[in-house]
Amino acid sequence: MIALLLRDVRLAIRAGGGFGLSLMFFLILVNLVPFGVGPNNELLSRIAPGILWLGALLACLLSLDRILALDYEDGSLDLLATAPIPLEGVVTMKALAHWITTGLPLTLAAPTLGVLLNLPGSAYGWLAISLLIGTPALSIIGTFGASLTVGLKRGGLLLSLLVLPLYVPTLIYGGEVVRRGAEGASTQTALMMLGGITAGCMALIPFAAAAAIRVGLR
Amino acid sequence: MELRLTDIACARGGMIVLDGVTFALASGQALMLRGPNGIGKTTLLRVIAGLQPAVSGQIDGADEQIAYAGHADGLKATLTVSENLQFWAKIYGTSGIDDAIAAFDLTMLIDRRAHDLSAGQKRRLGLARLLVTGRRIWALDEPTVSLDAISVGLFADAVRAHCAGGGMVLMATHIDLGLQADTLDLTPYKAAAAVETDFDEAFL
Repeated sequence: MIALLLRDVRLAIRAGGGFGLSLMFFLILVNLVPFGVGPNNELLSRIAPGILWLGALLACLLSLDRILALDYEDGSLDLLATAPIPLEGVVTMKALAHWITTGLPLTLAAPTLGVLLNLPGSAYGWLAISLLIGTPALSIIGTFGASLTVGLKRGGLLLSLLVLPLYVPTLIYGGEVVRRGAEGASTQTALMMLGGITAGCMALIPFAAAAAIRVGLR
Repeated sequence: MELRLTDIACARGGMIVLDGVTFALASGQALMLRGPNGIGKTTLLRVIAGLQPAVSGQIDGADEQIAYAGHADGLKATLTVSENLQFWAKIYGTSGIDDAIAAFDLTMLIDRRAHDLSAGQKRRLGLARLLVTGRRIWALDEPTVSLDAISVGLFADAVRAHCAGGGMVLMATHIDLGLQADTLDLTPYKAAAAVETDFDEAFL
């Protein structure tokens, strides 16, 4: 299974893999917001937590359709399904590889981009922590969406429609952690909810996604 | 050790294509599946490989034993020949890709990216994967597509060696490989046009 993880990360980093696209998208999106809402520092710092979380979420969405579609097209998914490693393990490793190549870079870049939105000083740490805890859920829910649309031509749009509603709880609690952090209030409840969502997704979704792939391959 | 199919019926797109397929394959045996286009050769192989369930009937001896090779080779274009093979060797927990590389004459191409290979070279790499799986039963769907005469010879040698080592080969093909192999014509098993009552396939 480690071999699969290494292969997916390597494929993402090599030319044409789309590594860095999500990060650039995030960077551009966050840059565009001040142009759109105008140079109002107070307004920007108030909407910064939401914008940063929404930006990270959309950037994550951008690369979801590559998780399984490429493997389906070139036949690797058939071969992985007949290989000795369980499909649940395949799904988990693919989600992990997606997180390493999108969620992790987004988490690391987000505090830098907070400066552009005049994010209050006390919120930087909470922004990084909430993204670190929340983005794995984005990757694994996205993998579930990708497994539902496996085998569909141009399933990317449908995938977005399926996955975005499922991202709502993570977005709410993720944004809430940063907002409370910015105000200096207690973040404990929101952070625990965020962690709970991620842990629940990691525990349950691999089974659902593997079942969806089995149906999709028929 | 044998692969036995009993009264298998299989469906494609909600339509039952084959019904009552029964045969057994013993160690060291190769079996060619024949039949016109659309008869259900690919469907039958996918059922045996476990990629889709049979509508009815029983398959014995296939669990964790099948190395499947379909129409697509499952190669990653940005990985080199050796990286592609090494990945599958690790997935199957086997070691050493050298034999597979030698058997399909890929030594000269080992550091070439799969993207830069010709169609025939890609197919050879796809078939070399079978050797690194270490599985007993090969289920092959049109393995000789886009291979030249010399490569077909290499492939036939690999099949012979696999059977000599106690393996089994099940292959859907239209050409004659010059193997000591039995032939199973699927035409008699063609199902009468019957629509499956189970409606959920229609939505998939």
